[in-house]
Amino acid sequence: MDLSTFLIQCLNSLQYGLLLFLVASGLTLIFGIMGVINLAHGSFYMIGAYMAFALAPIVSGTFGGGFFSALVVGVVLAVLLGYVLEWAFFSFLYEREHLQQVLMTYGLILVFEECRSLLLGDDVHGVEVPPLLAGTLPLGDTMTYPVYRLFISGVCLLLALAMYWVFTRTRLGMMIRAGSTNREMVQSLGIDIKFLYRVVFAAGVAIAVLAGMVAAPVSSVYPGMGNSVLIICFVVVVIGGIGSIRGALLAALLIGAVDTFGKVLLPQAAGVLVYVLMALILLWKPDGLFKAG
Amino acid sequence: MNKSFVVAAFAALAAFPLVAGSYGLDLVTKIMIYAVLALSLELLVGSTGLVCFGQAAFFGIGAYATVLLMGLDWGDSMLWVLPAAVLMAAVYALAVGALSLRTKGVYFIMVTLAFAQMAYYVVHDTPLGGGTDGIYLYSKPALGSWLDLDKPLVLYLFTWACLLGVYVFLAVLLQSRFGRALAGIRVNEQRMRATGFSTYPYKLAAFTISGAMAGLSGFLFAVKDGFVNPELMSWHLSGAVLIMIILGGLGHLRGALIGAFAFALLQELFKSEAIFGNFAKHWHLGLGLSIIASVAWLPHGLVGIPEKITQRLRGVPRQDQEAHHG
Repeated sequence: MDLSTFLIQCLNSLQYGLLLFLVASGLTLIFGIMGVINLAHGSFYMIGAYMAFALAPIVSGTFGGGFFSALVVGVVLAVLLGYVLEWAFFSFLYEREHLQQVLMTYGLILVFEECRSLLLGDDVHGVEVPPLLAGTLPLGDTMTYPVYRLFISGVCLLLALAMYWVFTRTRLGMMIRAGSTNREMVQSLGIDIKFLYRVVFAAGVAIAVLAGMVAAPVSSVYPGMGNSVLIICFVVVVIGGIGSIRGALLAALLIGAVDTFGKVLLPQAAGVLVYVLMALILLWKPDGLFKAG
Repeated sequence: MNKSFVVAAFAALAAFPLVAGSYGLDLVTKIMIYAVLALSLELLVGSTGLVCFGQAAFFGIGAYATVLLMGLDWGDSMLWVLPAAVLMAAVYALAVGALSLRTKGVYFIMVTLAFAQMAYYVVHDTPLGGGTDGIYLYSKPALGSWLDLDKPLVLYLFTWACLLGVYVFLAVLLQSRFGRALAGIRVNEQRMRATGFSTYPYKLAAFTISGAMAGLSGFLFAVKDGFVNPELMSWHLSGAVLIMIILGGLGHLRGALIGAFAFALLQELFKSEAIFGNFAKHWHLGLGLSIIASVAWLPHGLVGIPEKITQRLRGVPRQDQEAHHG
């Protein structure tokens, strides 16, 4: 492997890792703060990707602005979706056992997948890279790297920073952190915890949808795409330590690198590497790399 | 009342071949195999409080072992293929359990998934089990001339006997001192340790027994279908079995039975073109909505239905119901 191939693989693993982080961060938030094991989280990623495919042409037809206005509309819709879902399906589940939540969110996966199938069919679709970002950058003498992949990494980094800022520097972040530690205490201090949870859930959904929309041009859009990303994201969440954003970032980059380089260097064992890594890390540190709180 | 329900259910299953056609026989055989798998998981999740997300691996190992060992053609196959398949699944469960029981809660869920995925990729990516194509089972296990599992009725009755055996074994096990210790671990492991129980060996024993039973169901599945492929070990199956026992109601052996039957029969119902016509290909929608409805209205799973009805008849206010369960 020469230097420029190595560099390209590094950029690829960075891009994949950051994308995983985006989906996993919503999962770890909902998990760590609300205590909900949300199997339907992968479906939100799938919904985002299908929005990029089906909604983008409609939106840019009405408002103009192409891909970027579609992103904005998609995120707004996702927040609404998350808000309504939390109210309808999750608000009564907090007192129940975790496994009831697993059952509920499994049911939601089936419903989302079938709604997708009813509305848009079961075909695999490609999504065009927005023309503004369609170029490539030269890398070394012969290699080039697509600008769009850099754009993905940039968006993910920006969101990661924004999340870090909200959590550590704002009043909302403080309330959320407090709510994850002691729900009753926060409630008795006069903070509307139900509203807070709804906001966290909506934000988690929005981030996953955004990740799906941004990823659609490079990953294509296909049935079942949510499930494969869901399992990998659970791996990320668990390696990082449940509820830890910092851990999720580190774990996502680690998984991104292991997966990308595994496919290049050890293609026959690429699939299993991620799981071997997870097993080793959890046997070494049974609570993940960074335990929250 | 619960005991008589189970006895009646097994009696009905035993009498079922008298009225069933070949399709019904095949379907119920399949469901009973899943019920064995669901019971094996119930021992971990419902009785011990260990949520295992890798049950498909033990199931798959039992199935693959059956097909690979039958290929050796050593004669009088039944006598040794069945125990060997069960043993292999149990050995893998022992190894997985020994390592993964170091972790707890969601971390345990994910470590068991990781080990199941490793087994999945071994059969998926190596020539050992025919890769993604899977392998066929050319001759079915038999014992003499009277127990030939190639005949659907014999297989049905054999599966029924296995299901009954596993059920009775678990019912007796859970009443024993060992089973009481598992229940104690589920409710409060810390307290169990404080009273002088070393909980780790109990959990490991439960994990191994569960793996062996899953291996048994894998054996039955391989014999019934005559074909194995890596999908038997995929996490989708682990998830589906987990869904079955939660749907049925955790903490009750009959919950696993009811859950397996409800899950499979709901699938058959929504897949039926006679009822839903063209919409039958969207059967996931109906299944998903039924599952959501069951979570919303049946917090204790399907086994909670009779209690719910009697309380409704007696006019117990909702608030009291919750307090009673809490």
